[in-house]
Amino acid sequence: MRHLSLLRISVAVIASFYLVAIAAEFFAPYGFAVSDREHTNCPPTRIHVVDESGHWHLRPFVYRYVELPGELESYQEVRSQRYPLEFFIQGAKYKFANILSGRRHLFGVASPASIFIFGTDEYGRDQLSRFIYGARISLIVGTLAAAVALFIGLGVGALCGTFGGWVDVVIMRFTELFMALPWLYLLLAVRAILPLRTSASVSLLILLSVVALVGWAKPARLFRGVILSAQELDFVVAASVIGGGKWYVFRRHVLPQTGSLLLTQAALLIPQFVIAEVTLSFLGLGVGEPIPSWGSILAPLARYESLALHWWLVLPVCAVVPLFFSYHEVTSILQRDDIPPMM
Amino acid sequence: MKYVLHRIAHTVVLLLAVSIFSFLLLTLAPGKPFDEMRTNPQVSSATIAAERMRYGLDRPIVERYFYWGKGLLHGDAGFSFSYGMDVRSFIWAPTRNTLLLTITATILAWLISIPIGIWCATSNGAIDRVTGLATSLLVSLPEPFLALCLLYVALRLKYTPIGGMSSLDFDAFSIGGKVLDLMRHLFLPVLILVFAILPVLVRHIRASMLDVLRAPYIEAARLGGVRRMRVIWRLAAPAAANPIFPFVGFSIGYLLSVSLIVEVIMQWPGLGPLFLESIYSRDLFVVVDVVLLSTLFMVVGNLIADLLLYWNDPRIRLS
Repeated sequence: MRHLSLLRISVAVIASFYLVAIAAEFFAPYGFAVSDREHTNCPPTRIHVVDESGHWHLRPFVYRYVELPGELESYQEVRSQRYPLEFFIQGAKYKFANILSGRRHLFGVASPASIFIFGTDEYGRDQLSRFIYGARISLIVGTLAAAVALFIGLGVGALCGTFGGWVDVVIMRFTELFMALPWLYLLLAVRAILPLRTSASVSLLILLSVVALVGWAKPARLFRGVILSAQELDFVVAASVIGGGKWYVFRRHVLPQTGSLLLTQAALLIPQFVIAEVTLSFLGLGVGEPIPSWGSILAPLARYESLALHWWLVLPVCAVVPLFFSYHEVTSILQRDDIPPMM
Repeated sequence: MKYVLHRIAHTVVLLLAVSIFSFLLLTLAPGKPFDEMRTNPQVSSATIAAERMRYGLDRPIVERYFYWGKGLLHGDAGFSFSYGMDVRSFIWAPTRNTLLLTITATILAWLISIPIGIWCATSNGAIDRVTGLATSLLVSLPEPFLALCLLYVALRLKYTPIGGMSSLDFDAFSIGGKVLDLMRHLFLPVLILVFAILPVLVRHIRASMLDVLRAPYIEAARLGGVRRMRVIWRLAAPAAANPIFPFVGFSIGYLLSVSLIVEVIMQWPGLGPLFLESIYSRDLFVVVDVVLLSTLFMVVGNLIADLLLYWNDPRIRLS
């Protein structure tokens, strides 16, 4: 039972990440390219409940930050006026999926104050908003690439498993080729032959296809194994003995046997491919500026000065831990064979 | 013996396949040689054709592959257009640096993970659970993130030098000082690599050890009064090692990948930064050579794993 509740929590965490990524316009307090030139490299905005005179407030509030005179990028709170934290606040206009337009954001504060929960980057862009929009790119690429890789893997595995013979030998040798290279070198090598500077949508497509192309080999081998052993099962043999056609037997009896592997592989591959996207964008081979991805918002950290001076830039790293941890939990629970069947 | 020969033959075939793959990478990449000349109105198409013939670009692709492969076997790794010299003249230093990093990390990771894995498998309860949680957390942190976190901690502690491979006054040190300086610079990147692979290794060693400890012969030995340490190290560990050997190859390949990221972040002058730079500048001969080198290391790692298995598993040795 403990595992079931853990599974539920993990799935809920993963689902909420996807929800936030899909409705990024609503959840992010600011746009991903909105830069506040007066707050570059601003530390996270402090949220208060006690004001200057020691009064407690039920509604949390923030102060406005101003740059200290004469000092670059050191900020001070202006304690004279409070700006309460507001939910479902009217903010910048956005268009969701080109259909729904709105102005409501989950939270925010009235201008001229601003709320930067993860601080701002060197251009004064809100890190939290960029993190939320970045989730969209990273999760979409990772998930779709996993779907494509699983689809190819299942197709190739089925081809090898059902036909056998030289087709099987040739394709399996071919998959070994993909697994003989260290994955990041393979990933970058495949990326290297594709154009570097392209529009955002083309880069997205390139990222997706590169990751999927590199990752299909392993699932293909696993699917082949499952399909081979499924064909030996008594009821499958019986189905073909009583005259079931090849395609019928495959679709009705063999294919359903791959279900659990499909699920486990999805839970295993999606985080791996999200990491692949993050790594590519971190190395500057992803979607270009200003569109954020989890990799590209971390790229400035590779310069030590910014990491040493601006500790809040590490916050996005901590924020993704729950997602990957949940995926990891789901995978390890799915791989256990002692779960009682759900009734 | 047949097993060993079979594995070696397999390795050679794999390397050949990867070389074909790399050659296709070279030829399929967008942009052809002399494209720039073609846009120049002063250069006639006859000149371009002559140039193409001079470099053998008019030959069929199969012939070009054999020509390229022959050069490779003779140590001719192509010409780097952005460095303006032969690749072989500058590729050895980065290769050596990457190998230093990766091999140190691999050896350390194995030396640490074997005792921890066995300890977790044999002592049930709190230790096992704490290690389980720690490894899950570490496993679920993407490698670039892990590297950045450790880098941040190191920046705060200011205990080790950060970035690069040697201090500015490296040449002034004595031999001992040089080694010490190198080790101090090696510390952080190696730590990141070890942290990246440790959870994977510990988990597999623990699982494999648990499998063996459940076997009837272990129970028989215990009941027969064989000492605990002897049961673990002499009876259980060698049997548990067999399913672990493939991870030797895996760990080398994985650490090569992670070390690419770490090298870029820590400015370690290895293959990683070179590879990335050559991708940015479309220096395709360098790209292909780095890919081939990384494959070679990984394939050799797998071969070592196979040989270890051969040496340890009498069922394979005697069949």
